[in-house]
Amino acid sequence: MKAYLTRRYMFSASHRLHSDDLSPEENVATYGKCNNPFGHGHNYSLEVTVSGQVDQRTGMICNLSDLDDSIRAGILDRFDHQNLNLCPEFDHSVPTTENLSEVIFKILKQNFKAAHLEKVRLEETVMNSFEYAGGAELQR
Amino acid sequence: MVYLTRKCEFSASHYYHNPEFTPEENQRIFGKCSNLNGHGHNYTLEVTVKGEVNAQTGFVVDLKELKETLNREVIDALDHRHLNKEVPEFFRQIPTTENLAIAIWNRLQDRLKVAKLHRVRVYEMPDLFVDFYGEA
Repeated sequence: MKAYLTRRYMFSASHRLHSDDLSPEENVATYGKCNNPFGHGHNYSLEVTVSGQVDQRTGMICNLSDLDDSIRAGILDRFDHQNLNLCPEFDHSVPTTENLSEVIFKILKQNFKAAHLEKVRLEETVMNSFEYAGGAELQR
Repeated sequence: MVYLTRKCEFSASHYYHNPEFTPEENQRIFGKCSNLNGHGHNYTLEVTVKGEVNAQTGFVVDLKELKETLNREVIDALDHRHLNKEVPEFFRQIPTTENLAIAIWNRLQDRLKVAKLHRVRVYEMPDLFVDFYGEA
């Protein structure tokens, strides 16, 4: 039997949305208050969905502690209480939540092998969230 | 096609233990969930059904009937129960959230009359849930 497991994690980080390819006026027009010079922060809520066959002996798709360890080492230790603009993952891209979702998906795809990574869903605030499934259609 | 989701809650106790494993394996694999005295959760269940909207009623499914089926087949059987000791599916299987989602699907699948079961989502806690779509 194939099932899908989702686990939620929290981290806090700051960022400033600013593109070197745009003029100062274009940056303000595009990003609004997110372009304010000194940045701002969010409490991000990350949902990670993995899938796989339920192991008959354990009743589990994968061990949650393995998933937790992967997320802690790959994502939380890297981004929690950091300025995303200064993280090397954003040397060449703007730390929008779209881009952050893609970065997180790629890191997890590389680090976590115990089950199939389906998607990540990232809430920047309670008002907006982004989902990324490595380019695949989302399972509904 | 329209999807309708009904949410309900139940509380139950359980533990994770496989008699084929050694005590050390049970401890290593299941951690604090392997304590044989058990522990409990407030579960949230979301059941999603799908179907065409009936032109006469405007319904995908009769909500009263869905609620009655949910209460009879799932809530009455699981709420304030010890899953390992009182729910037959878990006399042999481990009552993980994965297996719970599958068991609830199996309880509902043939008993929903009008709409087709699409997804069973079981939250063990606000930060952990399992989805089952009836896939092999």
